[in-house]
Amino acid sequence: MAAADTSLAHEDRSHLVAPRGARRDGIFAKAVLAAAVLVLVILALIAWSTASEAWPVFSKEGFRFIFSNRWNPSKGEFGGLAFVYGTLVISLIAVVIAVPVSVGIALLTTEVAPKWLRKPLVYLVDLLAVVPSVVFGLWGINVLAPKIKPVYKSFADAVDWIPGVNRVFVSQGAQGRSIMTAGIILAVMITPVITSLVREIFATVPLALKEAAYGLGATRWEMIRGAVMSHSKSGLISSVMIGLGRAMGETIAVALVIGSSPQITSRLFNTGDAMASVIANNFGEADGTFRAALIGMGVVLFGITIIVGVGARAVVNRSTKKLSA
Amino acid sequence: MVTIDVYGSLVIFTSEGTSMITAISARRRAVRLAAGVVGLALTVSACGSSSTASNGATSSTTKAAEATTTAKTGDSTTTSGAVMEQIPATTLNASGATFPQAFYQEAIKAFAAEQPNVTINYAGGGSGKGQTDLQGGLVAFAGSDGLPKPEDAAKYTGGKVLYFPTVAAPITVSFNVDGVDALNLSADTLAKIFQKTITKWDDAAIKAENADAKLPSIDIVVAVRQDASGTTGNFTKYLKAASPEFKLEPGKEVKWPEGVQKGAGNAGVAKLVKDTAGAIGYVDFSDAKATGLKFASIKNKDGKYVAASLEGASAALAGAEIKDDLSYNPLNAAGPDSYAITAPTWILVYEAPKDAAQAKATKAFIKFILTKGQEMASSVDFAPLPKALVEKALAQLDAFAK
Repeated sequence: MAAADTSLAHEDRSHLVAPRGARRDGIFAKAVLAAAVLVLVILALIAWSTASEAWPVFSKEGFRFIFSNRWNPSKGEFGGLAFVYGTLVISLIAVVIAVPVSVGIALLTTEVAPKWLRKPLVYLVDLLAVVPSVVFGLWGINVLAPKIKPVYKSFADAVDWIPGVNRVFVSQGAQGRSIMTAGIILAVMITPVITSLVREIFATVPLALKEAAYGLGATRWEMIRGAVMSHSKSGLISSVMIGLGRAMGETIAVALVIGSSPQITSRLFNTGDAMASVIANNFGEADGTFRAALIGMGVVLFGITIIVGVGARAVVNRSTKKLSA
Repeated sequence: MVTIDVYGSLVIFTSEGTSMITAISARRRAVRLAAGVVGLALTVSACGSSSTASNGATSSTTKAAEATTTAKTGDSTTTSGAVMEQIPATTLNASGATFPQAFYQEAIKAFAAEQPNVTINYAGGGSGKGQTDLQGGLVAFAGSDGLPKPEDAAKYTGGKVLYFPTVAAPITVSFNVDGVDALNLSADTLAKIFQKTITKWDDAAIKAENADAKLPSIDIVVAVRQDASGTTGNFTKYLKAASPEFKLEPGKEVKWPEGVQKGAGNAGVAKLVKDTAGAIGYVDFSDAKATGLKFASIKNKDGKYVAASLEGASAALAGAEIKDDLSYNPLNAAGPDSYAITAPTWILVYEAPKDAAQAKATKAFIKFILTKGQEMASSVDFAPLPKALVEKALAQLDAFAK
């Protein structure tokens, strides 16, 4: 019934509006469409030009380029699986650390903290987002890495006796620069992004829902779990995915702290390497097939971020359907 | 409005160098033309700039007059000073190797005093970037620590490429071991250390070369570059040439054994060595000096241990064989005073550039580097080329941009 009403109102208005206005509407629609198409065209051009520059390595290595772990540019071997692995692992670490923290901050600033404290808190967290990534990287390499080295060591000693777990957290001589350190730095970097997205989502929870929960005798925690969280599920997932996408593309900070060893290891305190950082480290000196391989790595990264983005959309669509059903 | 608009076109005429008389007659013709033919469209398009254009007409002529006077005074000062032909205003863009960048910056500064009209932007970015930029015709010249690979020759669309050696510099093997100030190392020992087959400082092989040193029984921490680098390329090429023990594939990026520490740039490796007890790493001479590192004496081809120094580097250049295209390899060079790990660097240009003005400026700059630049090299920790090589380079310069 409501839908019919709005369509009627719309029809009415179109009768009243002068023809000139209607023409402007048309121009406006076309301009907006052009802007949207422009984005697609730019994306397509990027994909095409990078893929064609990377073609020598694609045709030489084929699927080995992403499924082989033999990376030795001097010998002309370009199997980049270690970089794909590294990027996925550090992004996962970052999300695992950042999401609970972000949700916590968002809840604090929307539900828990006293009103006068909320604005300054939000401002502080947003401030974190404007710190340039190279600053995070330098902080990571000069401050965090040396400080966290003994922490890794004692943690590794503590879990050494647990089979399975010791394969993840123990390494021969825990190093300050490692996959874990890169993950932690990334977590700090994506926290403000996820926080502000989640905060916006929590802000859209209807007051009526919250009041209803309280009305049923829910405590604050029960209200948050029952009303806020369940209402925000799809939004939460998409914010996490946006955070994940940001983490995967982050370059300089990761390049500085990850240690730059192309290896696939289950040990998170070991050095590793990631797609964006191998490009940043080597592009200036690369020529021939090596250069093509680095551009190819960019194409793969592009592809993976698109997959994550589309995947996020799909998850969101499914959960919204479930909600409305 | 039409006449004002024509004044606008008059500005263009005068600035292009036509004399005032022809410009005025051109104005009369243009008035009729503009009024009759061009009409409304032109008027509308010129409306915005019309008022400034009428003022601009007079100011631009005075400016032109000023320009000629300054040019004249400029000429007179140079003729009274040195006999130096002033090159007209030209901008040279260049990019490439970061290894000689400190020297090029100094040379560019000094060159600007001689040729104030020439602006040179050397952007760095790495040898690979320099070569790619030269291939794409984006730069007037490229700096490179290595020469283009034969298979890439077809990518250089501007024709034949000439190589001009500029300077050289030693690569130090810097170390951080408490109580040890001097260290003698042969290529074999170095190769084993960097492949991690020697892992302790008191290993028999190191002891054998350093009978007097108090070597502690601590782990050796090997520090290498995390970024692809000409320094890595030259260091590993040296090891490959000098020692059968070195089994890794030399190159700008090397598959090092597990557990080596990696730093970004020469400065990054230098910092790693400085901060880590038991560390050893290859660092270029100026960064090693700036960081205050101790560096080893390396056994050269003649069996002598020589510490990294500019004199040692120049001796290595003198001992190297120079090919007709001015490519040469100073690594592991013969001669009792040669420092074995000496890295060369070149400027790459097309033999026949399309832009004559840029070619002239480039030629002047390369000549400057090969003459006065050589005297400045040691002040920024680079070794000058030996006389014989400079002469060959100057002879090749005559063939450039004829």
